[in-house]
Amino acid sequence: MNKMDRSILALREMDALAAGDSPVHQLHPVAKLLTTIAYIAATVSFGKYQLSGLLVMILYPALVFSLSGVGVGTCLRKLRFVLPLVLAVGLFNPLFDRAPLLTVGGVTVSGGVVSMVTLMLKGVFCLAASFLLMATTSIDDLCAALRRLHVPSLLVTLLLLTFRYVGVMTEELSVMTDAYHLRAPGQKGIRFAAWGSFLGQLLLRSMDRADELYGSMQLRGFSGSFAYAGSKRFSGRDAVWLILWALIFALCRSFDVAGVLGALLMGGNR
Amino acid sequence: MIQFENVTAYYEKDAPILKNVSFTVERGEAVGLIGANGAGKTTLMRALLGLLPHEGRITVDGVEVTKKTLPEIRRKLGFVLQNSDNQMFMPTVYEDMIFGPLNYGASREEAEARVDAVLSRLELTELKHRHNHKLSGGEKRMAAIATVLAMEPEAILMDEPTSALDPQNRRLVINTVRELPETKLITSHDLDMIWDTCDRVILLDRGTVAADGPAEEILRSRELLETNRMELPLRFSAL
Ligand SMILES: Nc1ncnc2c1ncn2[C@@H]1O[C@H](COP(=O)(O)OP(=O)(O)OP(=O)(O)O)[C@@H](O)[C@H]1O
Ligand SMILES: [Mg+2]
Repeated sequence: MNKMDRSILALREMDALAAGDSPVHQLHPVAKLLTTIAYIAATVSFGKYQLSGLLVMILYPALVFSLSGVGVGTCLRKLRFVLPLVLAVGLFNPLFDRAPLLTVGGVTVSGGVVSMVTLMLKGVFCLAASFLLMATTSIDDLCAALRRLHVPSLLVTLLLLTFRYVGVMTEELSVMTDAYHLRAPGQKGIRFAAWGSFLGQLLLRSMDRADELYGSMQLRGFSGSFAYAGSKRFSGRDAVWLILWALIFALCRSFDVAGVLGALLMGGNR
Repeated sequence: MIQFENVTAYYEKDAPILKNVSFTVERGEAVGLIGANGAGKTTLMRALLGLLPHEGRITVDGVEVTKKTLPEIRRKLGFVLQNSDNQMFMPTVYEDMIFGPLNYGASREEAEARVDAVLSRLELTELKHRHNHKLSGGEKRMAAIATVLAMEPEAILMDEPTSALDPQNRRLVINTVRELPETKLITSHDLDMIWDTCDRVILLDRGTVAADGPAEEILRSRELLETNRMELPLRFSAL
């Protein structure tokens, strides 16, 4: 199995995860989508030194991980290519911002270090929350939810097709690389001179297939409305989930719930 | 129920693939569409489904195929693609099957009932919750047929339904197809399969109708088949 095959499996694995059954999976997609958006908005809005406040935000992903049965390991594995980028974002802060901000157990910590950690955590939290949304909601349900929130049908269809298209393209890529290597034994990668035609072929082939797929969706009545997905009713439980979390996020943001906790955790020197 | 009148169809404007094709398929008929590679069989089906521009008149139940009538036309025609991988786009067989009926406004209960009925009719109940990408070629083909049947089409178009199947699965597909009461239009290079499933045959050659008549006549005519770059079905060639 080559690398491409594995990434197709990875995409399909998301499908499989999303097909699971847990209290979180059963929630209405709109409730989950809005909660995720609220979470990301709240997380991002923390100031760059508000590390202690931000730490409390781990509550949401932690709870959803345990409720949904999605493994933290799975999440890390899926995000392993993006995580380093997110972590790299704040890397230079300690160099520029050296003013001492707090002391922990006798060690003085500069503003730069705190803002670096804050930035990294923000990234990790937001990624985890988005991942959890994807892992507990199928792409079709998600699109249906977006439609219900009046996101234009064109955009939503585009999102759906992109998701399917990426799958088709990796499949074609995998077939083509296999075919290439069968006739170019011992070569590592694909010879530079062949890249042009290779990419051209890839594009044409996956466009043809995507075209057929889309045709096949149209033939079965798809017209940009997601009648087939998300037949769920928005129930009391969904409303409670959404409102409760929104309240918690607001609370964490406006009152310094975290300050108290933070003071306990970090020795209270701020 | 399906009528082609002087139909010309093309991918690129100045290179028509189908040229002046005319024929009629009556309700309940099973018609085999044969011809060498590149003769235009798939193209003909795509034109009928409005997936390709055409000139001339194509009608289904008297309704002309135009942009405006497409939803109505497509609702009546089920299309089983040459490549099942491109047919199934939902994660599981069940989700794929329920996709069409729901889009055409069936309630969930109604759609579920249809899915179950089709699955038990084809004896595929154990495939219901399987993942599409984990099916074998034969299972995938049967699932693709099930997906199309769940839409309760009035006519079924099948593009090479037995290609790449082992003898047993081929037999299974043939028997299934033969049992379907709907109007059928089937393309294949497997002329034995056409013999088993169709009463009438239309022979295409380079985009034109070279012959149209009872399967009995066309499939037994060595000369006709050979001038059109084909061979007698195996069951006759031994004679
Ligand atoms: N997307 C396309 N763009 C341009 N020409 C095409 C396209 N697809 C097919 N053709 C051409 O149309 C002609 C008929 O193709 P078609 O696929 O209808 O043949 P077919 O009878 O189904 O053959 P096969 O038995 O190989 O499936 C061929 O000459 C082919 O080169
Ligand atoms: Mg074909």
